[in-house]
Amino acid sequence: MNVQVTTRPTPSAVNQSKLATADCDIHPQRRSDKDLHPYLEQRWIEHMQMFGARPRQAYQNGPAYPKGQPNAARRDAWPPGGKPGSDLPFLREQLLDANNCVLGVLNATGDNGQSYQNREFGAAICHAMNEWLIHEWLDPEPRLKGSLVVPYEDAEAAVKEIERYAGDPRFVQVLMLNRTSEPAGQKRYWKVYEAAAAANLPVGVHAFGFGGHASSGSGWPSYYIEDMVGHAQSCQAFVTSMIVEGVFERVPGLKLVMIEGGFAWVPPMLWRLDKLWKTLRVETPHLKRLPSEYAREQLWLTTQPMEEPLKREQVLDTIEWIGWDRLLFATDYPHWDYDDPAHVLPMPVAEEKKRGFFLNNAVALYRQG
Amino acid sequence: MSLIEPGGIDCDIHPSVPNLTALHPYLSDHWRDIIHQRGMHELNSIAYPANAPLTARPDWRVPGKVPGSDLDLLRQHALNPFRTSLAIANCLYGVQLLFSEDMGAGFAKAVNDWMAREWLDKEPRLRASIVVPAQNPEMAVEEINRVAPDKRFVQVLMLVMGDMPLGKRHYWPIYQAAEKHGLAVGIHAGSAYRHPVTPLGWPSYYTEDYAANAAAFQQALSSLICEGVFTKFPDLKVVLLESGFTWLPAHLWRLTKFWRGLRMEVPWVDRSPTEVVKSNVRLTITPCDSPPTEDMFQTLMEHMDSNELLLFSTDYPHWQFEGEDVLPPGLSREMVRKIMIDNPRATYARLTETVA
Repeated sequence: MNVQVTTRPTPSAVNQSKLATADCDIHPQRRSDKDLHPYLEQRWIEHMQMFGARPRQAYQNGPAYPKGQPNAARRDAWPPGGKPGSDLPFLREQLLDANNCVLGVLNATGDNGQSYQNREFGAAICHAMNEWLIHEWLDPEPRLKGSLVVPYEDAEAAVKEIERYAGDPRFVQVLMLNRTSEPAGQKRYWKVYEAAAAANLPVGVHAFGFGGHASSGSGWPSYYIEDMVGHAQSCQAFVTSMIVEGVFERVPGLKLVMIEGGFAWVPPMLWRLDKLWKTLRVETPHLKRLPSEYAREQLWLTTQPMEEPLKREQVLDTIEWIGWDRLLFATDYPHWDYDDPAHVLPMPVAEEKKRGFFLNNAVALYRQG
Repeated sequence: MSLIEPGGIDCDIHPSVPNLTALHPYLSDHWRDIIHQRGMHELNSIAYPANAPLTARPDWRVPGKVPGSDLDLLRQHALNPFRTSLAIANCLYGVQLLFSEDMGAGFAKAVNDWMAREWLDKEPRLRASIVVPAQNPEMAVEEINRVAPDKRFVQVLMLVMGDMPLGKRHYWPIYQAAEKHGLAVGIHAGSAYRHPVTPLGWPSYYTEDYAANAAAFQQALSSLICEGVFTKFPDLKVVLLESGFTWLPAHLWRLTKFWRGLRMEVPWVDRSPTEVVKSNVRLTITPCDSPPTEDMFQTLMEHMDSNELLLFSTDYPHWQFEGEDVLPPGLSREMVRKIMIDNPRATYARLTETVA
């Protein structure tokens, strides 16, 4: 599957230092379903073989929007004989060593049990994913830390999974997907957030997920490009629900990380919510502060896919508005829209801000200092 | 606040149908009978609950009147204080929400005729949008063709959330008819509630329902551009009404970046989405979800990267601002003139045709 990729010289050399980086969105993939068998009851192995995953989407294999590249991957990210993200030595060399990555957060998204129609089966797969992460990735490579895969649509099962691994230093956050079955701030999910906060784990919310609703208020768009751009709108719905339902008020220890949804949408969304709250606060007496104040204290965002205005430096305004301490660098390896740390900030930036952006914010949030 | 320019064009005001009875003279016998026989309720959308604070500004509420339903009050509250030369009436009576396409068409026709007789005939400063049964594009085109000869109708009105994304080919006959007649297509906040207003399902609070419009506009814009509406209809003007606009730069950064990576999927999109918006899309200025400081607002206006995108609007009678503080602070005199006069005239071809 690998094609010959010619490396072209790139114009931006301003920040091409090899600063140490934290990469807050790396996607490991299993070689085949057999990788999970050691961690599954025989019943679920047979179920998997007979019925498949059956998420809330149409196809047995692959997405309803064909990706922009095979497996949505960089053309040079296919290890010999395997799938992108399935080979630790290859990933070490191509990603961790090349980027001087000292902390890599593994988000095992994709076919991971979280959006299955059969919730009990989904919970079993989530647990198997966590054991697979430990054995094949986290134990062999100490630079890698895991996001705990939890069946969040079944809060009770998700809490059980969080409590099982609470205190395990190999996991640094709880993983959810963005498109939940009900708005994420609703009561059915509160126990998940409480358990994560009690375990001192941020909740990382990655793009995608099959909640069962159309991905826009007008139904399903036609194209993959709309689906991809649309993660930003799904993120807005997620964070809006968390704020307006009062989750941050009720669970003050909760730290929320939105992953792979972009970040430039955050300021205008908060301006809108602040303005609305002033008119409509009679509806939400459980909120004690402006919506933007909750976000300022309890919301983080990963950087990939990096926002790219035509005038690239305009993104610095947006980052100032959000706060330089809120952004966590991520590559999204091995996916095609990968961000290279040498090119995401191609303009002069103060050293301290840059270090926060590429490393220190993540080290502090994930308590790796 | 920025001082307004006298003679401005208010591109979003909301005359209200006070009740179904008011439409009686404009309905066919069949639909009049149906109202009584089936005991039909008013077609007021949950998008603006009658007593919710946002639905009408407190000083614009008058006991015994549905906000926006009285022409004298509209003059007194909206046209006179803002020294408006022309105002475009967007009637939000919920005919697009009906599941029956026939009923939608029957009531849309009545709303348009009611608008012409009860408002446009009586107040020369008023223009209006054609309410169409978007449930069925063929019927919508019939209604456009029927009403378009009246040049006081300057726009076709749709809701931002309907049966399917607005760029889909399904809707193209509407855009073709609008372009042919020199009508803009106005897309207004609100939903037919065919789908939950968020991709995560139905939210608990009205606050979220209203907030969700901004994301819906972002997705509608993605759809219109990616499906190639503006490639097919290069002269079409689309106006986002009551959309908020401060989200636009962020959305275009993202959409344009993905277009660069994925344009092989939509090869007919032959210009960057940012360029398409500059030539074909406009947005009304109220509500202005503005940042907390004037400096930040100035920076945001630089991110907008064009002084031709925004159109003046009061969004009467919705409660979006106090007093006459309708414009965000820090706009230059020149920019105010663009927003209040030049940009609306450049957007709505018919405005200049009908102004003496």
